Amino acid sequence: MKVVYPHMGHMWICIKAMLEYLNVEVVVPPPSSKKTLLLGVKHAPEFACMPLKLNLGNFMEAAELGADTIVMAGGCGPCRFGYYAHVEHAILRDLGYRYQLVVLEPPQKHIGELLGKIKHITGHQSWRRVINGIRFGYRKAEAVDKLERMSHYCRPREIQAGATDLALQNALREIIAVNVPEKLPAALNRAVEMMNAVPLDKHRPVLRIGLVGEIYTLLEPFTNLDIERKLGNLGVEVDRSIYLSEWINEHLFMGLVKNMRSSHLVRQKAVKYLGHFVGGHGMETVGNTVLYAEEGYDGVIQLLPFTCMPEIVAQSILPRVSAELGIPAMTLIVDEQSGEAGLVTRLEAFVDLLARKKQNGEVLA
Amino acid sequence: MYGYLGIDVGSVSTNLVLIGEDGTVKQSFYLRTRGRPIEVVQQGLKQMQAALPDKVKVAGVGTTGSGRHLAGVITGADIIKNEITTHAIAASNVEPGVQTILEIGGQDSKIIILRNGVVADFAMNTVCAAGTGSFLDQQASRLNIKIEEFGPLALQTTVPVRIAGRCAVFAESDMIHKQQMGYNVPDILAGLCEALVRNYLNNVGKGKEILPPIVFQGGVAANAGMKTAFEKALGYTVHVPPYYNVMGALGAAMLAREATNRKSTRFKGFEVAEMDFKAGGFACDGCPNVCEVVEILESGKVIARWGDRCGRWSNALARHEKIS
Repeated sequence: MKVVYPHMGHMWICIKAMLEYLNVEVVVPPPSSKKTLLLGVKHAPEFACMPLKLNLGNFMEAAELGADTIVMAGGCGPCRFGYYAHVEHAILRDLGYRYQLVVLEPPQKHIGELLGKIKHITGHQSWRRVINGIRFGYRKAEAVDKLERMSHYCRPREIQAGATDLALQNALREIIAVNVPEKLPAALNRAVEMMNAVPLDKHRPVLRIGLVGEIYTLLEPFTNLDIERKLGNLGVEVDRSIYLSEWINEHLFMGLVKNMRSSHLVRQKAVKYLGHFVGGHGMETVGNTVLYAEEGYDGVIQLLPFTCMPEIVAQSILPRVSAELGIPAMTLIVDEQSGEAGLVTRLEAFVDLLARKKQNGEVLA
Repeated sequence: MYGYLGIDVGSVSTNLVLIGEDGTVKQSFYLRTRGRPIEVVQQGLKQMQAALPDKVKVAGVGTTGSGRHLAGVITGADIIKNEITTHAIAASNVEPGVQTILEIGGQDSKIIILRNGVVADFAMNTVCAAGTGSFLDQQASRLNIKIEEFGPLALQTTVPVRIAGRCAVFAESDMIHKQQMGYNVPDILAGLCEALVRNYLNNVGKGKEILPPIVFQGGVAANAGMKTAFEKALGYTVHVPPYYNVMGALGAAMLAREATNRKSTRFKGFEVAEMDFKAGGFACDGCPNVCEVVEILESGKVIARWGDRCGRWSNALARHEKIS
């Protein structure tokens, strides 16, 4: 059995660690690229959102590398993602691929449901080892998130252009190379040192922008045209509202790990504007915008794939939040038609607007 | 005497403006880009140099428009800003107290909301309402009328025809249908203007609070039919500033003046017009993205690169202090 799972940013690092720890053979698809998207667009329904197209492309590229079993998250509720695993499986079957499918649904009642699925993939491993494997994967996710957060701080303040990107690449390599849990803390220390070694100008004035929106678009740099790097290079310290480790803790561990940013508070903040669950991360988008406004961020950018229903609901609410709390918000919609030049112009204009506003509401010229 | 140069390289037109130290426009040129931005910028510089008295010294250069990076690299600009900022700067100078800017160019349309002299909000065309200028051009030539006659003709209407303006393709087929039904040209043109305004307000304006004074700029502002259609739809007077078609360049010049305050300019001089620039490029084979990397060469030497997602090529050139 050779297991493949779709890309979502750096998620592959943590899942690969978990599965290989449990002696499962893993095929990591090539990083999402234009080729991946092209394959997906060709075979997916046009009005499906970008995640489906990219997942499909990932699986097709992985099949060439010998993958035969798909592991994917499921879900329920208004967001279509819940049935994507099955739709993708059906499309692949029609195309003649022989894939076995394992869907990891978020546990409804008990974490045991999830463990059962993992047991199915891992075969004759002891429960103890399975749990250790999950914990190992989770620790890696935490490490990667920590490094990404550091890069968000460094990028707008770096003295030499490109230094942060280089350091992050090297630091992530340290984390990826670890194959036993015991060695992870030391590797993380080395990686953190690498990030700390980036020469910074700590007094440079920077803007702070919060990124909200749909999780896949937020986490996968290919879909959002590397927005975090682009903003960083424009002198913006970015905060992403969802990190992988937080999401895992929230949805898969059902909040087992304490002292983490949780969506509970976020949802409370959203209630005034959006009183009930609309699927996906619609409520979180609204709630996080409120939170960013309260924390004094300069602006919020919402990211969503074209046709994403929960985010469209949130998008229609954001102008009111923005007006009432005085935080500028901009929405960027991405799909395979997105052009990079248009995105850059909008980002620059938004950042300019915020910078001018910040200079004590300085009057134009 | 010192002057500040603003260059706006757009998809359809390339504009150059030279302002004096007091911010007044001394010279302005409106050229067609014709898909050759480098040549047109050089040609524009030549014309500018010829038109200026010898005693004028360029103390700062700013570029804007979709070709801003290209123009900035070849001229040695002090500031590279996008169209939204430059338009806002120019409009609030020309029309003090302006609260809404409607901007329709060749490819892009945008709305900028200012409150108390500060940009409070903006939007650009996303899924549609694009290419309004080019579309009007094309319809004028299909009807065999000059684009300059478009506006005056549209104003002669008595009953504007309702045209489906969801997107250019639908609008054109609906126009043809209305022609076949026997409507006359002025009514159809006026109807087209109204359809485009409706489309603009729905897709770009999207319920933003449009308050007067309103400035309408960009190439399309030359069209009196569009101005009237906006006034009809909004219920306010719409001002078209005297330099409506070079506002981007004007704003860039003003920003250049701000940026070079007590600093020397990076401008390479009017000799740029005589230099040999080439744009080359290659497809990078480093990963499956196969990015098309563009290189700008000055006398055979690479002075800029862009297009790569990962920064492998663009970071390889020592990047100067950020100017945009």
